[in-house]
Amino acid sequence: MRLTTKLLAASAIVSASAANAVELEVMHWWTSGGEAAAVNEFAKAVNERTDHTWVDGAIAGGGDTARPVMVSRIIGGDPPAAFQFNHGRQAEELIEAGLLLDLTDVAEEQGWADIVNPSTLLDACTIDGRVYCAPVNIHSWQWMWLSNAAYEDNGLEVPQNWTEFTESASALEEAGVTPLAVGGQAWQQNGMFGVMAIALAGQEDWLAVNRDKNAEVARGENYARVFQAFADARDLSDGIDVQDWNQATNAVITGQAGAQIMGDWAQGEFAVAEMTAGEDYSCLPGLGEVAVLDTGGDAFYFPVTGDPEIEAAQKEMAALLLSPEVQVAFNSKKGSLPIRGDVDLETVNECTQKGLDLLAAGNTLPSGNELLTPDTITQANDLMTEFWNTPSMTAEDAQERYAQIIEDAE
Amino acid sequence: MAIADEAGNAPAAQAGTEARRPVRILKNLQSKMALIPMMFTALVVFLGGTIWTVVYSFTDSGLLPRLEWAGLEQYDRLWGTRKWLVSIENLAIYGVCSVVGTLVIGFVLAALLDRKIRGENAFRTIFLYPFALSFIVTGLIWQWLLNPELGFQQVVRGMGWESFTFDPLNNPDLVMFGLLIAGLWQGTGLIMCIMLAGLRGIDEDIWKAARVDGIGTVKTYIRVIIPMMRPVFVTSLVLIASGIVKLYDLVVAMTSGGPGIASEVPAKYVMQAMFGGQNLGQGFAASTMMLVMVVIILVPWAYLEFGGRKRG
Repeated sequence: MRLTTKLLAASAIVSASAANAVELEVMHWWTSGGEAAAVNEFAKAVNERTDHTWVDGAIAGGGDTARPVMVSRIIGGDPPAAFQFNHGRQAEELIEAGLLLDLTDVAEEQGWADIVNPSTLLDACTIDGRVYCAPVNIHSWQWMWLSNAAYEDNGLEVPQNWTEFTESASALEEAGVTPLAVGGQAWQQNGMFGVMAIALAGQEDWLAVNRDKNAEVARGENYARVFQAFADARDLSDGIDVQDWNQATNAVITGQAGAQIMGDWAQGEFAVAEMTAGEDYSCLPGLGEVAVLDTGGDAFYFPVTGDPEIEAAQKEMAALLLSPEVQVAFNSKKGSLPIRGDVDLETVNECTQKGLDLLAAGNTLPSGNELLTPDTITQANDLMTEFWNTPSMTAEDAQERYAQIIEDAE
Repeated sequence: MAIADEAGNAPAAQAGTEARRPVRILKNLQSKMALIPMMFTALVVFLGGTIWTVVYSFTDSGLLPRLEWAGLEQYDRLWGTRKWLVSIENLAIYGVCSVVGTLVIGFVLAALLDRKIRGENAFRTIFLYPFALSFIVTGLIWQWLLNPELGFQQVVRGMGWESFTFDPLNNPDLVMFGLLIAGLWQGTGLIMCIMLAGLRGIDEDIWKAARVDGIGTVKTYIRVIIPMMRPVFVTSLVLIASGIVKLYDLVVAMTSGGPGIASEVPAKYVMQAMFGGQNLGQGFAASTMMLVMVVIILVPWAYLEFGGRKRG
C-alpha cells in the first residue's frame, strides 16, 4: 500500500513538472544492434535538448511487419506522434487522405531546401509543394562487396568492374569458391536486378523505365543485356543456399563467396567482423561500371493529432532530426550517409568516402521506392524471385513479363 | 449449430403445443438472450465483414479503402498473376495430401492405441503434444530439421552415408511436401484423439460378434468399425479442412513462400497484396475467391451431409 502511494506521488510530481511538455511516441522498425544504437541517438536528442519525452515504439520484424501496424493505428484514430517510413510513395495515400502533418513551415524556417542533399530526398517528401516528412538518412543499393582473400588466395586480381568479375568467375568456381552470394528473399533478388539495370543499361534507360514507366525501353536491347547478365548471375550463385542478406554477406566475409551485390547496410557486417575496407574487402559503387548512387533511405512522418501542443512538439522534433549534431551522431551509428552535405561523419573508411564523394559530385539517382508504388515493387519482387529460382525460365520470358509490369504501373 | 438448436428445441416444442401456444419469440428467453452476443458477432463481424470485403474487391482501393469502382479489374489481374495460380495449385496439393495423410495416420495410430497396449497414456500424450505448439514454432523446428546443414541430411551423412541428399525446402518440386511433413506432425495427434474417442464409443459387443463370426481384426476395422464411425470422420474432415484453407503461418515460418514462389499459398497472397503491396482491392479480390472456392466445395457437401438427414 505504502509503495503504491509513493509511486502515485512520484508520478504526480513527474507529470506536474512536465506540464507543458509532451510525450512523443515514435514508431519505427530499427531493432538490430546497430539500428537500435542509432535510434537511441534520436531519443537522447529529444530527451536532452527539448522538454519533451521520447516514448519508444519499436516494432520488430522489418518494414513489412511494422508498416501495417502503423497504418492501422493512424487510420484507427490512435496515431503515434511520429513514425518511420522509407521515403517515397509508401505514405502517398496517407498524405492524400489528410492524415499527416504539413511540415512546410518548419522546412522553410530551417531552410531544408538548401541543406538537404541530394534534393530528390526532399522532393520525395513533397506533394503539391507541401513538405510532409523529415528525411534522416541515405541508404544506397548500388554496391558490390568483394572478398579480397577469395581472389588473392587463388592467384586472381580483385575485379574492378562487372566485366572483370564475370571473366574471373570461372577461375573462382574451379577453386571451389561461389562467385556470387545471394540470399533467398525476393527483395534481395529484385534489388540486385535494379543495381544491374543501372550499371548495365545506364541511367537514362533506368529512369525511362522506372520514372517514365516506358515499357518499350524495358523491352529494348539494353534491358535484354541486363536480363542476360541477371541470368548469368543466377548461374554464378549456385552453391550457397542462404535466406537472409547478412548470411550472404557472411559468406563473402569468410571467403566462401567472391562477392555480393547489396546495399551499404552490408558494410555494418564487415565492420562487426573487424575487416578493413580496401585491405580485407573491396567495394564497387555501381558495379564499377556507372559511378552513381541511388538515394533511398528513411524519413519520419508526423500524423495529424489536432492537439496544438503535440503539433508544436512534432515540429520541434522534425527540426531537431535534421540538425547537424543529431545527423552526425545518428548516421555514424547507423552506417548510413547524412542527408546534409555540410556535416562530417566521425569515422569515414574508404568505402564510405567513395559514397560521400559521389554524393558531393551529385552523381545520384532517386531510389526505386521513390519512383514505384509498393504494388509495382511487390509484383517485380515476385517476378524476379520466380526467375531466380526457376532455371528453365529464359531471360526473354522474364523481360517480357517485366515490361508488362512496367506497362501496368502507375 | 443449427442442428444442435433444433435437436434441443424439438421436445420442448412438442410439449408447448400440447399445453397452450406460447409466443414463439419468448420461448427459451434466457437462452436466446445468452445467444445475442454470439448472433451479433456472427451477423455484424462475420457476415458484415464478408459483405464489406466482397464489395470493396470491386474497387481500386490502395492503402486505404475507397469506393472507386474498378469493375472486375482486380479479378482480371488476379487470374493473370502467376503467383496466384501457383498458390491455388499448392493449396490443392497440400489439401488433398493433408486430408488423406491425416485421416489415415490418425486412424492407424488410434487403432493401434486402442489395442489395449501398455503405456497408452504416455503415447497419447506424445502424439498429441505437437498440437500444443503454434504453427510458427512447428515451422521453425522443421525448418531446422530439414535444413541440409543442420538436420536429417547432416545426421545421416554423419553416420557414414556421404552421398545422402534430403533437402526438400530448397527444391521447388518438393517444397510442398516438406511443408506437409510439418503439417502432419502437428495435426495428426488431435485427429488421433478424436478417432480414439470414436473407437471407444464402439460397443464391445460388436467386437465379440465379429470374433464369433470369425472375422479378422483388420477386416472388422475396415468393414464394420469405420462405417460406424462416420460422424467422427466428418468432424475430423471439417477440422482438417478449416486448417488447410487458412494455411499461412507454417509457410511463413518455414519457407516464406520460397524457393522463388514455389510454396506460395492463397492466404499469403492476400496478406502480401494488402500489406506488402498496399493494394487492398487486390487482396480483397483474392480473399473473395478463397471464399468462393470454400463455398463451392462446402455447400453441396453440407447439403448432402446435413440436409439429407433432416429429410430422412
